[in-house]
Amino acid sequence: MILSVAGRELRSLFLSPLAWILMSVSMLLLAWLFLIRLEEFIQIQPRLAALENAPGITAILVVPQFGSAAMILMLIVPMLCMGLFAREFSSGTFSLLLSSPVSVTQIVFGKFLSVLTLLGVLLLLIVLMPLSLLMGGKLDLGTLAACILGLVLLLSAYGAVGLYFSSLTRQPAIAAVSSYGVLLLLWVLDLAGGSLFSHLGMSGHFQRLASGLVFSSDILYFLLLTGLCLTLTIRRLDTLRTFG
Amino acid sequence: MEQPLIKAIGLHRYFGEFCAVRDMAFDLNRGEILGLLGPNGAGKSTTLRMLSGALAPSAGDIWLSGINLKKHPRRAKKNLGYLPEVPPLYPELTVDEYLGYCAGLRGVAVHKRAGALQKVKGRCGLSDHGGRLIGNLSKGYRQRVGIAQAIVHEPGAIILDEPTSGLDPNQILEFRGLIRELGKHHGIILSTHILQEVKAVCDRVYIMNEGRLATSAPLEQLTRHEGGILLIRLGRPPALEAIGKLPGVCSADSLGEHRFRLELEDDATAGVIAERIVSSGWDLEELTSGTTELERIFTRHTTRETPL
Repeated sequence: MILSVAGRELRSLFLSPLAWILMSVSMLLLAWLFLIRLEEFIQIQPRLAALENAPGITAILVVPQFGSAAMILMLIVPMLCMGLFAREFSSGTFSLLLSSPVSVTQIVFGKFLSVLTLLGVLLLLIVLMPLSLLMGGKLDLGTLAACILGLVLLLSAYGAVGLYFSSLTRQPAIAAVSSYGVLLLLWVLDLAGGSLFSHLGMSGHFQRLASGLVFSSDILYFLLLTGLCLTLTIRRLDTLRTFG
Repeated sequence: MEQPLIKAIGLHRYFGEFCAVRDMAFDLNRGEILGLLGPNGAGKSTTLRMLSGALAPSAGDIWLSGINLKKHPRRAKKNLGYLPEVPPLYPELTVDEYLGYCAGLRGVAVHKRAGALQKVKGRCGLSDHGGRLIGNLSKGYRQRVGIAQAIVHEPGAIILDEPTSGLDPNQILEFRGLIRELGKHHGIILSTHILQEVKAVCDRVYIMNEGRLATSAPLEQLTRHEGGILLIRLGRPPALEAIGKLPGVCSADSLGEHRFRLELEDDATAGVIAERIVSSGWDLEELTSGTTELERIFTRHTTRETPL
């Protein structure tokens, strides 16, 4: 059942030009940034060679590249997720799901799985860029793995937030704007300083992971955020059935 | 004995202070077509949404094939097909993709899906449309796809909410044939605000008004007095008194232009009267039955005292 829901959603996502455009726009931007960074690195490389304990290409190029990916995808993911429920509400197709022998939890997980699959494809493309450097040099594969882990966790949290906001409204645009607002707020939360805000904010957790430091507390943070949003979505759909 | 396909007791539904449905009770058995009749806004759709599990009732209980919908929603819904007022279609999918998805949702095993699709497309006249995008289909065909999704998993109980709205007269006739065919092996609830539809296909009628069940009865009982009043047109009309003296006729009124309104005695049927008119040589050109019991009841129960 979860697979049926996810499969249908994926098919619709890939049949709509929106997904393709969002993916190509984000790849275009990231490729541009990647090339600029590569250029810079080649220019400063002679000076780096003179230094003792100089940072390698992974720290100079790959880590900031993943940081940019995190920012760009923050703009993209709410758009990909906005229609997940909002469109089903407004077109009346949601009653098909409700009258089928599928639980609300299965519906939510099915939708989430479809988002993860789509983001997985996107992630693969993003990772291919730094991997291409292997043709001409060496990478710190440990740091790269930590970057990938960080981005996977971050993207699933983005997706879960987008999913939740999509379940709150019939209008996709409203879902997109509000989930974008919340994601940005979570991202800039630690600018306020203080340990509470830096624990709650996303950026610190992600940057630690992306710099190669894998703390279980950071992993837990993203898993909790994802879980919280999925639970809220399930609760929301249950009350929808009760209150009409 | 088999459990009733749908059984509901004491259904209430409030939207805030507004009570959309009040104390509805339902029974649907296999091989039965049940018409839910009422003016717009009577609470028909709300009732059907509750029966389908799309809306939780404020009070009351629903059993689908003997399984409590509230306690075991997934098990209960396995035996149910539902066509909402707006067919739940995805315009970007083809008919085959869509029906395959619906079959999957309703738990049809993967290896049986192709067969189920084939069968349901044949039944709904969609065999040549499998590869078409739903968004490009005409309204009538979309409605067929809507019905197809409701029966693709061969459910016992089928709930159809205003299934003929937007169809042209030919499609309506075809559709009634399909409903009667389905009604042999399934149980069907059909909501409509069109009286003829109920007369054409239903075995039992529930009339709703303002959220309440106004009356329910087998169709035969409601249409039994159909012969009570006849409207006729004659080519060579005799004097009015002569028609009034015809055996079986209580009284006759002239409606002008060779038209007459006959009130029949209780034991007289339209057929007998027609025969007598013909044998009197009055050249019967037209004969229609006047107001029937069903229409009378419908009007009586659903007319509000307040002016519009």
